[in-house]
Amino acid sequence: MSMLSFERKYRVRGGTLVGGDLFDFWVGPFYVGFFGVTTLFFALSGTMMILWGAASGPTWNLWQINIAPPDLSYGLRFAPMMEGGLWQLITVCALGSFVSWALREVEICRKLGMGLHVPFAFGMAILAYFSLQVVRPVLMGAWGHAFPYGIYSHLDWVSNTAYQYLHFHYNPWHMIAVTLFFATVLALSMHGGLVLSATNPGKGQTVKSPEHEDTFFRDLIGYSVGTLGIHRLGLFLALAGVWFGIVCIVVSGPFWTGAWPEWWSWWLNMPIWRS
Amino acid sequence: MAQYQNLFTSVQPVGPLHDGVPLPRGDDKRTGTPFLFHLLGRIGNAQIGPVYLGTLGVASLLFGTLAFNIIGFNMLASVDWNPLELIRQLFWLALEPPPPAYGLSIPPLAQGGWWIIVGFMLTVSILLWWARTYRRAVQLGLGTHVAWAYAAAIWLYLVCGFFRPIMMGSWSEAVPFGIFPHLDWVSALSLRYGNLFYNPFHALSIVFLYGSVLLFAMHGATILAVSRFGGEREIEQIVDRGTASERAALFWRWTMGFNATMESIHRWAWWFAVLCPLVGGVGILLTGTVVDNWYLWSVKHHVVPAYPLVSPTVIDPAILGAKP
Repeated sequence: MSMLSFERKYRVRGGTLVGGDLFDFWVGPFYVGFFGVTTLFFALSGTMMILWGAASGPTWNLWQINIAPPDLSYGLRFAPMMEGGLWQLITVCALGSFVSWALREVEICRKLGMGLHVPFAFGMAILAYFSLQVVRPVLMGAWGHAFPYGIYSHLDWVSNTAYQYLHFHYNPWHMIAVTLFFATVLALSMHGGLVLSATNPGKGQTVKSPEHEDTFFRDLIGYSVGTLGIHRLGLFLALAGVWFGIVCIVVSGPFWTGAWPEWWSWWLNMPIWRS
Repeated sequence: MAQYQNLFTSVQPVGPLHDGVPLPRGDDKRTGTPFLFHLLGRIGNAQIGPVYLGTLGVASLLFGTLAFNIIGFNMLASVDWNPLELIRQLFWLALEPPPPAYGLSIPPLAQGGWWIIVGFMLTVSILLWWARTYRRAVQLGLGTHVAWAYAAAIWLYLVCGFFRPIMMGSWSEAVPFGIFPHLDWVSALSLRYGNLFYNPFHALSIVFLYGSVLLFAMHGATILAVSRFGGEREIEQIVDRGTASERAALFWRWTMGFNATMESIHRWAWWFAVLCPLVGGVGILLTGTVVDNWYLWSVKHHVVPAYPLVSPTVIDPAILGAKP
């Protein structure tokens, strides 16, 4: 049942971080573990509260459902349930389930004898969420600075927050983050395309080797990073992009309140230009 | 445990450098003697070169270099040929497309004529490079997947600088060449057409952008995590599944109930990366040509609420007949 042909020999006990053998089992394809239970608890609680918030809101239109953080006047205090308290509890549940999920990944890595790259990478995404919803609001003194939970409402938040600094594209860390994001897509398309092109060479052709892959990119641009290197490069580009994304939003507000185009005046006014 | 994480290559075996698999008859010779660069070898291959130039490559580089230099000299001219000011104001300088009054006609050189020449040369350079990407794959007996992924990016480039300006009837709609000026173009486009965040194709494009970053983080991390089992030898794992593939697959199956295979993950990767510019290009092409205000469009289709008007309405001067 729901096991792959080779799966049985991999389903061994052990590798858990807490709970010993207590939750060391699978449900269908899913591994459970202690952190599977906590993930389920936080995810279910959070989802129920989102449904509660939606039910007490003005619409069931999926695009327009919105659960907003407390008004700025509440500062960093607890707000009444329908005045942003729900948002606060949902945020706690979200962080609880994200961290549980990451620790469950660590347990699965240990079980399979794998490195911990995936949970580490996921940790960067959790850090981004934590920075947006906790670090920056705390630095600015109000939960109201965090983004609301809703499909179009969170886009409005991005737009409004960006225009508070006049023109967010001039934020240098935003520039680096966007560059890294685009570079990640470029690298992903080249990697995916290269592997597919070597294994799907067309009718009547034999599958090609990594030597062909290296030769293709050396012929094209003079360098091939190689089969191991591309995965390091891809992971680095992706994580660095998220990291600079974190920096670009955490500095906006707590450390820079002006217009981002003005930030660049230090460059234009450097003494070396005087001659 | 730390030594198992495989972050850097600590031991670099050095053998004879590889010139590349043999080229078929009719191809030129490769250019340059390959050499090793130790620091690169810490992350990936240490070998740099050789490169295959060929007619397409040389022609592409020629047009690309010309375009790059004409942009540079136009910027230099705009600061009165002062090289220091060129460096100082580099991020602010631009080679702008013609003003709206010229429509799709050919303007004088200083009024956007250079922009048209550069746009033509850059496009020729890019298309020649596409032909080269396609040709190199065919000559090595590989599929042409990389070339077609590149074509998706060219689609977005042509939409922004060619197809949409033609549909709008004016070169002035196109993107200027320059760091901050092209960012200004992005903001201005978004503001003029009712905030691009309300454009569903833009939303979908962002989904594929973030999705690609997510996928590469997941894929890169997974392969590195199973590299002690030879996971980075993906082609071998695809044709003859080994324990690296099995563990990688089971990791995701146990985590989220679903897994790709060593081959299919690269199809996911290719499609996510390709759909990002493909869908984005559709969104830009519709902006101003089919849809004049994405916010009002979204209100009409009930995806966003009609927000109360808190500031006085501003009438677009273009409606009153003002000429830029």
